[in-house]
Amino acid sequence: MSDIKIDQILDLKGVPCPMNFVKTKLKLESMQAGKILEVLLDDGEPIKNVTASTKEEGHEILKVEEKNGYWNLIVRKSR
Amino acid sequence: MSLKEDQIERYSRQIILPRVGGKGQEKLLGGKVLIIGAGGLGSPCALYLASAGIGTIGIVDSDKVELNNLQRQIVHDTNTVGVAKVESAKQRLNAINPDVKVKALNMRLTSKNITDVIKEYDIVVDGSDNFPTRYLVNDACVLEKKPLSHGGIFRFDGQAITILPGKSACYRCLFPEPPPPGFVPSCQEAGILGAVAGAIGVIQANEVLKYILNIGDLLAGKLLVFNALDSSFRQVKVPKDPKCPICGEKPTVTKLIDYEQFCSIKKKKEE
Ligand SMILES: [Zn+2]
Repeated sequence: MSDIKIDQILDLKGVPCPMNFVKTKLKLESMQAGKILEVLLDDGEPIKNVTASTKEEGHEILKVEEKNGYWNLIVRKSR
Repeated sequence: MSLKEDQIERYSRQIILPRVGGKGQEKLLGGKVLIIGAGGLGSPCALYLASAGIGTIGIVDSDKVELNNLQRQIVHDTNTVGVAKVESAKQRLNAINPDVKVKALNMRLTSKNITDVIKEYDIVVDGSDNFPTRYLVNDACVLEKKPLSHGGIFRFDGQAITILPGKSACYRCLFPEPPPPGFVPSCQEAGILGAVAGAIGVIQANEVLKYILNIGDLLAGKLLVFNALDSSFRQVKVPKDPKCPICGEKPTVTKLIDYEQFCSIKKKKEE
């Protein structure tokens, strides 16, 4: 899993819920199907909620990983 | 068009919704809606459409705000009593959302001018309070193939239907001709609970939003009937009438008609 090719990165550290999901959703809308987005999120509610909501929208969660106090969410855009 | 930072924040709670998103928000911002009447139905409808970010809202009305309007016409307020309703509404809508371009049309619709007025809009909301305008708006929308949300209120009852000309029933499929003048209750009798107007006006706003977003099912071919006393909503199926005088197989109404104003009290005051 370490050779995932990231197409876009979105740094949402410090962005509260639900704006972090709104920004993630808008970014995914602007990307082509199959492309991969990495989102940087705070610990707690942000990583939980954004992961769940993004999954609910039908995108594929490739990886959720903690990194020095924040989280990396890696998503493949569907459709 | 791409959303600015403050727009993302303003509309975030609807961008979040499945089937809306940024693309849906852009559709709303590109949408053009004409509201006929800045009264009991037009007020709540206009407030929600402006809040949702409908890019262009036209409002037609020829009256001024009166104190007795404020019980239900919630786009106006005590400070705008005496001001043209369309100007009062424009001030309020601009205060809510500067993204919205409000066109204040201080005029009376007639068979001569209505076609030009509705032409540039995506959908029309009828919030008028009289039969001549209601039939004029229905006929103009059917002839121009312009989608129309009809709303009506009386005392504790309200109704709404959405008309997709050529596809679903029009107002004349339901009520082919206006009632004769003597049959219509006088304006004095026609009391109304403000919240009933609010409920129906908001239903109309919801129809407009779904139409522009192209989601869900419209009240096309379905009359929604609300009773405030028992808090009931029911839907009555309304098929397209092949004998309808305007949208039927052999239409007898082929041009617009200016019916007479029935309410003598109102007429005296306006003249
Ligand atoms: Zn008809």
